[in-house]
Amino acid sequence: MSEEHSTHVVSYKFNILVWLDLLIFTLVTIEVAQFDLLALTVVVALIVASIKTFLVGSYFMHLKFENKFLQRTVLGVGLLFIAVLIVLFSDYLF
Amino acid sequence: MSSEAGTHSHLFHRDDYGKKMGMWLFLFTEVLLFGGLFIVYAVYRFKNHDAFHEGSAELNMVVGAINTVILLTSSLTVALSITAVQLGNRKKAIDLIMITIALAFAFLVNKYFEWYGKYEHGLFPGMEHFQQLSKGESQFFHLYFFMTGLHAIHVIVGGIFLLVIALGIKKGTVNQGNYIYLENAGLYWHLVDVIWIYLFPLFYLII
Repeated sequence: MSEEHSTHVVSYKFNILVWLDLLIFTLVTIEVAQFDLLALTVVVALIVASIKTFLVGSYFMHLKFENKFLQRTVLGVGLLFIAVLIVLFSDYLF
Repeated sequence: MSSEAGTHSHLFHRDDYGKKMGMWLFLFTEVLLFGGLFIVYAVYRFKNHDAFHEGSAELNMVVGAINTVILLTSSLTVALSITAVQLGNRKKAIDLIMITIALAFAFLVNKYFEWYGKYEHGLFPGMEHFQQLSKGESQFFHLYFFMTGLHAIHVIVGGIFLLVIALGIKKGTVNQGNYIYLENAGLYWHLVDVIWIYLFPLFYLII
């Protein structure tokens, strides 16, 4: 029936693998921050943070197993926030 | 046909999907709340790059990294507790939630010593030494205290939320067939983790 909700079970093992990935990406952020890549450093840090967010959202928050509508809504809100940042900085940079 | 009619004749209509959607809508408002602060951070940082550089040099990167690992691990234990409930293992689920709450407490203890250290160095808004800081550094520390403080409040709220759910599992109101409240508490907890995922590099790493 339509009211069924996701009953996908993410195994213990898979959750732990996601957590290990998250720890590795945390290490990557810390390592990269030691190099002075000027403006690029903050961009790399934000990209790594966004990859971590994607992992948490997809597996810990079960978005990968939700229906398309919820997935697209969450994606839409994320893109909206990025759009706001781009519009803001297009104002400051030029 | 008859079996389908049977599924409609429950005494209560439960709408788990609606509850989950409601939680997500609430999380979107949280994104707006913190998003606005991140935008303020971005603009001030753009205008006072060097001061923000010096400000983050004052913060202890190791404490920040430890707290990152603590929160990531607590996110794992919440995710595992959902798996445990789905598999019908109540005791394991409760234990995992209690570990999560212990980790939340450890996070807050770290935060307390961190803030106290800043306070002792006069780096708290309103203190004499604080008023001598440059405008940019003052902005950095105002944002640091406000954003990590607001985040810490979320950690406390999330911990209480999870404690209520753990009691629900113990009583049996949250169970293998009805665990939407655990899922929603988990969603809230993961959002708190995600916010920290951005706070950590932006404040603690000199980037």
